[in-house]
Amino acid sequence: MAVTDAPRIVTARFEYDDSHTLSRYLATGGYEGLRAALAKTPEEVTDEVKAANLLGRGGAGFPAGVKWGFCPPGVFPRYLVINGDESEPGTYKDRLLMERDPHQLIEGVLIASYAIGVAQAFIYVRGEMALAQERLVAALNEAYEAGWVGRDIDGSGFSVDVLLHWGAGAYIVGEETALIESLEGRRGFPRLKPPFFPAAKGLYLQPTVVNNVETISNLPWILRNGGAAFDALGTERASGTRMFAVSGHVKRPGVYEVELGVTTFRDIIYAPVYAGGIRDDNALKAFIPGGASAPWFFEEHLDLPLDQTAVGPAGSMLGSGAIVVMDETTDAVRAAFSLVRFFSHESCGKCTPCREGTGWLEKIVRRVLAGSGRPTDIDLILDVVDNISPGPYPRAGTGSLGAEPVPFPPRQTTICPLGPSVGAPLVSAIHRFRDEFEAYIERAGTPVTIAGPAPVGGAAS
Amino acid sequence: MTDTTRTEPEAVPVTINGTAIEAKPGELLIDAAERHGVYIPRFCYHPRMRPVGMCRMCLVEVDTGRGPALQPSCMIPVAPGMTVDTESEATRKAQDGVLEFLLLNHPLDCPVCDKGGECPLQDQTLAFGPGESRMVEQKRHFEKPIPISDLVYLDRERCILCDRCTRFADEVAGDPLITFVDRGDHTQVNTFPDQPFASYFSGNTVQLCPVGALTAVPYRFRARPWDLEQVESTCTFCSVGCRIAVQSSTNRLVRHLGVDVDPVNWGWLCDKGRFGFEGVNSDDRLGRPLVRAGDTLAEATWAEALEAAAGAIRAGLDAGGPGAVAVLGGARLTNEDAYAWAKLAKSVVGTDNVDAQIGDGLPAEVVLGLPRATIDEVCAARTVVLLGPDLKEELPVLYLRLRDAAVEKGVRIVEVSPHDTGLTEVATVALRHRPGEAAAAVRAALDGAGDDPRVARAAELLAEGDVAVVLGRPSLAEAPDAVVAAASLLAARLPGVRFLPVLRRANVHGALDLGLAPGVLPGRVDLDAGRPWFEARWGAVPASRGLDATGILTAAAEGAIETLVLLGADPLRDFPDARLAQGALERVPRIVAVDCFLTESSRRAHVVLPAAAFGERSGTTTNIEGRVSVLNQKVTPPGTARADWMIAVELAHRLGADLGLDSLDGIWAEIESVAPAHAGLARARLLAADGLDGVVVPLSDHHEAGADRRPLAQTEAPEVTAADTHMGPESVATTLPGGETVPSVPRSPSGASGATMPEQIAEAAAAGDAAREAEAPEEAAALEAAAQQAAVEAATEDAGEGDVSAPVEHGPDRPPLLAFEPVEAGPAPPVDAYSLRLVSGRKLYDQGTLVQHAPSLAGLAPGAHLRVNPYDLDRLGLHTGDGATLRSARGSVVVEVEADPGVARGSALLPFNQPGVSAAALIDATARVTEVRLETRAGGGGA
Repeated sequence: MAVTDAPRIVTARFEYDDSHTLSRYLATGGYEGLRAALAKTPEEVTDEVKAANLLGRGGAGFPAGVKWGFCPPGVFPRYLVINGDESEPGTYKDRLLMERDPHQLIEGVLIASYAIGVAQAFIYVRGEMALAQERLVAALNEAYEAGWVGRDIDGSGFSVDVLLHWGAGAYIVGEETALIESLEGRRGFPRLKPPFFPAAKGLYLQPTVVNNVETISNLPWILRNGGAAFDALGTERASGTRMFAVSGHVKRPGVYEVELGVTTFRDIIYAPVYAGGIRDDNALKAFIPGGASAPWFFEEHLDLPLDQTAVGPAGSMLGSGAIVVMDETTDAVRAAFSLVRFFSHESCGKCTPCREGTGWLEKIVRRVLAGSGRPTDIDLILDVVDNISPGPYPRAGTGSLGAEPVPFPPRQTTICPLGPSVGAPLVSAIHRFRDEFEAYIERAGTPVTIAGPAPVGGAAS
Repeated sequence: MTDTTRTEPEAVPVTINGTAIEAKPGELLIDAAERHGVYIPRFCYHPRMRPVGMCRMCLVEVDTGRGPALQPSCMIPVAPGMTVDTESEATRKAQDGVLEFLLLNHPLDCPVCDKGGECPLQDQTLAFGPGESRMVEQKRHFEKPIPISDLVYLDRERCILCDRCTRFADEVAGDPLITFVDRGDHTQVNTFPDQPFASYFSGNTVQLCPVGALTAVPYRFRARPWDLEQVESTCTFCSVGCRIAVQSSTNRLVRHLGVDVDPVNWGWLCDKGRFGFEGVNSDDRLGRPLVRAGDTLAEATWAEALEAAAGAIRAGLDAGGPGAVAVLGGARLTNEDAYAWAKLAKSVVGTDNVDAQIGDGLPAEVVLGLPRATIDEVCAARTVVLLGPDLKEELPVLYLRLRDAAVEKGVRIVEVSPHDTGLTEVATVALRHRPGEAAAAVRAALDGAGDDPRVARAAELLAEGDVAVVLGRPSLAEAPDAVVAAASLLAARLPGVRFLPVLRRANVHGALDLGLAPGVLPGRVDLDAGRPWFEARWGAVPASRGLDATGILTAAAEGAIETLVLLGADPLRDFPDARLAQGALERVPRIVAVDCFLTESSRRAHVVLPAAAFGERSGTTTNIEGRVSVLNQKVTPPGTARADWMIAVELAHRLGADLGLDSLDGIWAEIESVAPAHAGLARARLLAADGLDGVVVPLSDHHEAGADRRPLAQTEAPEVTAADTHMGPESVATTLPGGETVPSVPRSPSGASGATMPEQIAEAAAAGDAAREAEAPEEAAALEAAAQQAAVEAATEDAGEGDVSAPVEHGPDRPPLLAFEPVEAGPAPPVDAYSLRLVSGRKLYDQGTLVQHAPSLAGLAPGAHLRVNPYDLDRLGLHTGDGATLRSARGSVVVEVEADPGVARGSALLPFNQPGVSAAALIDATARVTEVRLETRAGGGGA
């Protein structure tokens, strides 16, 4: 067990009931990071963030400071967009950051705006997050009133406006180009990259930086304590701390901020201060390491560190920081079905393979579960996945079977990664639990009574 | 999207399937491949719309140095060194996968689908698709089909969600009234609740649809594609000159499709042009000549009717000389018809009281004399001044071109108009003025006078130069002098400015070009200047300038016209001043009508001669640019109706003269030799591949670029449909315009499939290039001589000998083309503070004859509301929805008023020729403006 005593960077104020207010924020070091930033040049701020080696917390894990540098020089206006459309099943860290520490996010937005040269920043919040919206509005009003946002901030001559925008209930706008379309007032359809790389042609076809809520929430601490202090945490390739939302069959589901690189999956799932182990001390069947789009991991992956450079080659990703744990009572086919149904439901409908393919896969698995499976269905599922995501699909090596892992990410015939994501649960489940699919198919025609996962409720501490 | 074009060399080397090719900088991979004979299948891509990369059918393996990856070829601009494999295993698997996905929820009801037989999805499936479906589950179900407008039905089960219709509505038409609804595999195209897809361009979505999801009411279940016959022609439902494919089945017109020509319509059509063929098919068409017997018109033989008509003309001549005979109308005619009628009227009858316009246009000298711009030139200007009617209502496809220029190319539009038009929202500056004050508004814009920032902005734009002017008649309730004075100012103050005249009627520009107007002779020649030349060729020419439409009707009302020939004109319906038209037709003793229908006016005629309509005759037509293009006959006229030129020839014969015209080729040859503006334009050129886009006259000023013409099928077996040739079935033989049959080749595993269609077309185009190069300006004179020689031969061969058309070897010089003479702006009409000034323009759908005989369009006339600036409405104490009486010196009508801030203060906008309310009852055609007063119906206040 390597539960470290690393400081909590973004969740430090969560212990206070009034953590969302300006008074509490100012009393706990609030807006000092911004002051520190304004005392530097924008280039120095960017360098500080680069020094911190702050990787994006939204899923792709790209270094934040480097991303800012992709905006073509001299092209203005440019925009900063904060992606707060956290919608993946099992992912709920950004919501807590917006609900419990909205000023920290706003301060981060101001620091990033200053570094990038932005006069208008947008925070796009998922439509369903009512409390987060309420608190962000209140916090932003407080910050405007106190002069932290708006014209000539803190007498520095730097001005920026922050605008809030609510989503309308589509998972797809978590994809950055779809989010930009939605922000422009259109249907949330992803744009094709190339040519619409946001850094070059983003919001209103101007250079745009899209950052995740958690990524940006780290900036006040980094500016207060220095990039080096941040980089000193974790390992060389996985700096700082990161929030993980643990759910599923664990005793203490919740969001935990842990030190990257040194903490392992076993730590976060089993350590008493974190998720506290599997409910009823059952055996682990599988776990999803990084949200619904991540291929599944199994018992033998528990000792992998929380570090994308270790998780990727092993066939999955840290993604959105959602760890979903399935114990031995879980029906793998049903578990996969519930995720396939999610992707089918959330497919935006823009490009053919995802629109038609996810729907078809949902129908096939539903039919298998209903007892009308055919022996050819397993190969059919894999071939349909192959038509959405051609080539070997990323998956964990299953030590027991001796297969080599296929590294992340998947390839795609689609515009965005949503379509290929449908392969993650299916390929993982078929590869490891093919016998369960076959059991459904062999017993076609008779009711199947594999026990489904029991409700999680009572197991949490 | 074209970042890569910045510093590209002239050609971009790319390797496709192992063959090195040279692509154009910035060209999309899908286009580059197609130009070099590699057809990549596609559904969503359309060359006239922004690529979206949605259907994923065009995925191919592209290697830009980082290893091969599947990329949508419709979104990828070519890059140097790019290696592309369109036939690799990965490409094939991806494309087959996409095809299977598209078919999953497609109903496969091809046997009952209108698109069956010309359906890209069907063709792709037949060629490459799986033999049977791997899906055993229920397909997606929707209610089949739902009307999304009065003209279009949508079957959402057939839809493959390619975004073509929705993109067209949003990007091209500017009517974003259809969109995607729901998501995932429940995604559907639909309208917004309670808001139909009421677009003038809705029919284009039917043509664009790559499956049978969108069907047009006039064509549904009428024919199967393999039963259709097709010719390429030019639409004459307005004067833009869109190229179309005219399709028929069992000798009835059943469908028009837009043909993609670069200089004009880009494949688009308006719904009136697309569906107006219903009027041609109408049971009300005249098929027999009619001669008056007492109160009724009785059927007669042609011999009787022609004799009666000639008798009427003779009687008119006997009673009052040539000046007592007048010919009104002629915009419906082909160029050949117009020339024959001009020759009949001006040479045989000897009258110059001839006008193809019906008081709704501009003086012929202005239209013919101003330096002319093409549509392309207007759309490439830095600034375009709109000085005319609402183009969206009157010339819809020109509206599309200008909208594209403004939205996509950043052309700045300065709109000078009494009210908002379809282009206002994309205009850089919109200046409002009251009727009669156009010249003042233009003068202010040129000077930047006053403190209105819009005027100042307009002045800036005009001062930057490179200006083109779209010039038309802004309102029928305003004499044309105001706008002519405005044009004079622009011509005087902006060096190099060019004008695109936008008279709206069918071939009105051809009719004016060929002399159907007072004071002019064929070939854009002034009557006096051309007299010696034409006397030498025609024998006689009117001694003095005659009357225009308003003059003719005024004279008729005063009893000075003895015989009136209505050449497709319906002045009772169309002339702006109803009282004047009524008085004229009541007073004139003899009326001879040549028409396709019995109209309000032709009902009063003494002789009615049935004429062939669009699609029933061949010839040429001339559009707003002066572009001459070919009309082709597809069906036979009803009964014994015949082409107008034949009627002219017969009438001349009965008047004792021989026009010397006995074939279309012969007439054209005579036009070419006689009409100065048409010199050098041999008919053969119009029929050649590079002439199919039409050729702008006069030739010496314009050299056509026909090489960019897209491959178009003019085919007997229309499996390949018009603008969608590139999507057509892969194994269908396509007949090129030259008549050469080219089998296009299916995607083959080996890739060694030989020359495919695009290559052949490129060759044909290259041949055309070579031919055209010979016509470089410096050789124009020599060519002209050669052409004349050819014309002489043609005339001798076709027209027989000894007639008046034979060119004279020595004689007067060819007269010069008309030149524009600027008109001083008179003082603006004095303002009457108690009155509003009436503005009246056309709507696309009105009570016009053809529209009313097209069942699908007849009900679409929107009716007439009176639109008034809210400031004026407030002043009068009226509100939107109130009924009021609108009174002018001529008459009064009852209207419902509507507040519209887009109408200039002090004016009142009432559409012309709409059901319910007659604007013509108010208009005084002899006044500069029509003042009206608005009275509440309770009899209370008034303006």
